Amino acid sequence: MLASMLKRVAVCALTAVCVVSCAKQNKQPFYSTGVVYCSESNPVTFNPQLDTSSTTSDATSHQLYDRLLDFDPDSGRIVPSLASSWLVSDDGLTYAFQLRRDVEFHNTDYFTPSRNFNASDVLFSINRWRLPTHPFHNVSNGSYPYFESLGLADNIANVERVNGYRVEITLKRRDSSFLANLATDFSVILSQEYGSQLFKEGNPSQIDQLPVGTGPYKFESFRKDSYIKYLHHENYWRRDINAGVNALTENIDEGIEGNTEDNTKDNNEELGVANADTSVKQLIFDITPRSSLRLAKLMTGECDATAFPAQTELEVIRNREDLTLAEKPGLNIGFWAFNTQRAPFDNPNVRRALAIAIDKNTLLEAVYFDSASRAKSLLPAASWAYQNDADDTAYNPVLARRLLAEAGIEPGFSMTIWAMPVERAYNPNAMKMAELIQRYLREVGVEANIVTYDWKTFRRHLQEGLHDSVLIGWSADNGDPDNFYRPLLSCGAIPSGTNRAMWCDKDYDRLINEALKTEDLDKRRAIYHQVNRLMFERLPLVPIAHAYRYQAYRNEVKGMTINPFGGVRFGGVEKVL
Amino acid sequence: MIRILARYSILFVLTLLVLAVMSFSLAYLFPGDVLANLTGIVPANDEQRAALEKQFRLDRSYLVQFFYYMGDLFSGEWGYSFTSGIPLREEIGIAMPATIELATYSMLMALVIGIPLGYYAGMRCYSSSDYIINTTSITTYSFPVFWFALLLILVFSLQLDKAPLSGRISLLFDVEPVSGFILIDILLSDLENKRLAFKDAMSHLTLPTIAIGAISTASIVRITRRSVIDAKNQPYIAAAMSRGLSGGQIFFRHILRNALLPILPLMAIQITTLITNTMIVETLFSWPGIGNWLIQAIYQRDYPALRVGMLAVSSLVIMLTITVDMFNRLIDPSREKYEHAAI
Repeated sequence: MLASMLKRVAVCALTAVCVVSCAKQNKQPFYSTGVVYCSESNPVTFNPQLDTSSTTSDATSHQLYDRLLDFDPDSGRIVPSLASSWLVSDDGLTYAFQLRRDVEFHNTDYFTPSRNFNASDVLFSINRWRLPTHPFHNVSNGSYPYFESLGLADNIANVERVNGYRVEITLKRRDSSFLANLATDFSVILSQEYGSQLFKEGNPSQIDQLPVGTGPYKFESFRKDSYIKYLHHENYWRRDINAGVNALTENIDEGIEGNTEDNTKDNNEELGVANADTSVKQLIFDITPRSSLRLAKLMTGECDATAFPAQTELEVIRNREDLTLAEKPGLNIGFWAFNTQRAPFDNPNVRRALAIAIDKNTLLEAVYFDSASRAKSLLPAASWAYQNDADDTAYNPVLARRLLAEAGIEPGFSMTIWAMPVERAYNPNAMKMAELIQRYLREVGVEANIVTYDWKTFRRHLQEGLHDSVLIGWSADNGDPDNFYRPLLSCGAIPSGTNRAMWCDKDYDRLINEALKTEDLDKRRAIYHQVNRLMFERLPLVPIAHAYRYQAYRNEVKGMTINPFGGVRFGGVEKVL
Repeated sequence: MIRILARYSILFVLTLLVLAVMSFSLAYLFPGDVLANLTGIVPANDEQRAALEKQFRLDRSYLVQFFYYMGDLFSGEWGYSFTSGIPLREEIGIAMPATIELATYSMLMALVIGIPLGYYAGMRCYSSSDYIINTTSITTYSFPVFWFALLLILVFSLQLDKAPLSGRISLLFDVEPVSGFILIDILLSDLENKRLAFKDAMSHLTLPTIAIGAISTASIVRITRRSVIDAKNQPYIAAAMSRGLSGGQIFFRHILRNALLPILPLMAIQITTLITNTMIVETLFSWPGIGNWLIQAIYQRDYPALRVGMLAVSSLVIMLTITVDMFNRLIDPSREKYEHAAI
């Protein structure tokens, strides 16, 4: 009887195992028609002009849209994109762009384009953030944090259509970082035709929720906290992105002088025919806030690539044969910013006391493990203006206690540390860092309370200035130093919400403006060194670390590259099972 | 019969009323703005606030407010989620069926495996096969469900790579939600790869169903076994044996149905455990159900969502419990002696 019983149990168990194992058949060709990317959070909007968070630009910028210019991910040089060539006038104030002719917009359920991309779309896209009188300027809150933080709109005198495929932009002052700004994730090109259609229908805000662009994927659906689905854009102008970029980089030097259009076009067409069918039909962002779950999904093949692997997980990924871990030094900075508009943090001595009360090296070890370098100023070593001998704060709790006493801060003084709720390369675990800082501060008699909200609320409250101090950071959008100094600490960046220290200093603003007036790199470098000195003296924020960037993906995925200048790119990515 | 139905419906309505009062008072008990907690809309300016207050009668007495609150609940206006801005009814309308689906399959698994095993063990009580079944079921029953689910994930997903660990179906399939039950929706859909999608959904279902079902199965085995042993010891069994009936006849005529009767009410108690376990396991498998959804709402301090979510889950549990209890009462007249309806 026992034997028959055991036999039955065995049969049951076998059937169960079979059900499980037979069900797993990911080798079906169907699964290679889509790439699933496990992203860390919800995009705030589908228009990266409106938001600077990297979640938004990861999800939208390189998937749905194109820019006039692009960065070459390897060299960092500016390469043609929707603008096939450009000319800069001798006085450095007028930029003329020649546009591509063969670029189609997305054809979706909610919009059918009747024409290809042309100069009106460029005017529409730039004027939207530039002109307060533009019908779309105030749509979706009308806030363009990236452009506002750089004061870009004030510097553009005119954007003019010369003919259907030629646009001229005139600046008021020389700006040596202007082209770089047009190549960032935020300077995307929207469809003017779609805009005017929505305007007629009286539903303009739809432009940011149901997006239309020229990028390699078009929008299909979005469910908050679950997924974003994109479909492949059949008539994408750049059939094979990698080949396209290579061809373009070869032509870049000529590109500056003009007329490479035909050349690159031929290249693309040739490659396009050969590769037409290998690209994926669907791109899916599987929104998975927990980093350990993203890794687990990557291991089971439910994700093909993931965002922001945690530092503790890197070893696991390296040890697995079916996964690839790509790494590159990143253009980013993680810092601890004080709200300099609130007492007592408006006192530089208090800020200094708090800054030297913490041991940055411990934070580096405990939070980043060995995947970041200590930050002295805002710029990482990858930038050309990096200052190796910049002043840095040193751990000194005794001095910290004395400074606090001199500033009239009683022991037991309590403050808040806001720890951002999402992982970023520049701060993979803000909560843990906040706890460490809390402990350091207790030693100098300061009680710190840790505050956190969901990402959207967190950022809104930060912008309102409700924090005492915050652990956050910045990923640069281009290699230009101005991209660090201006958005993070200039007066103009307070309303746009990228100046987390709420710091406004006349000397600082004067210096960083001066740096843009010259194209001589040595002169600019000298000015930025002065800025570093100024920052060290007044310490609106404590620079903590520059992290490496990591991207983990399965070996089946071909054509993934790390883009150090912003969001992840899926154009040209393939999946070979 | 009619009296029983009336009693249960009164009980049902009263319980729901108490729950509605609780959910309404949550709007006042949660920190923050009452208006925002109640509606999920954060008024942009004073004019809008005044208009909303008027619409929801916040300027009137609590009783009037509650009356209109009930009206809104019945007309399906449950407010909006703070974080997504989507009507809560819509969100719950997606999350709830996912939970019910998982719970249903787990219950089916528990019934299909648990009852026959229980009968088998009961009929051969105190034999070695009974001891094996009994030991296994006690062991399984003592597993904390989250631990068991994690163990399944660790072994079958991460080590053996046999089953996916999150979601209802690979996101590559675009299944239109019609009924909310993924398997039915796949059959109703016009997908090209229906078979593949079905297989994919099944593989997603397997682990969570086993995780939840195993524990319910264990308890059903034990309940059934006990009940069969009790029935076997009844004098009428001895009488039947003395009349010379064969083992099969005794089993089918006298034990099967008599043992089944006491099982049903005990199974009703299992429903609450089942739903709770489902909600726990959901979060582990990222199953887009109500448990997962409520946890997200807690993380994000989405008070309107918590208020309605609590009401929805508790209504579901009460509804199921009362229905099953009433059903028991109707098929088992001997329970007439319990005069009052009870949960």
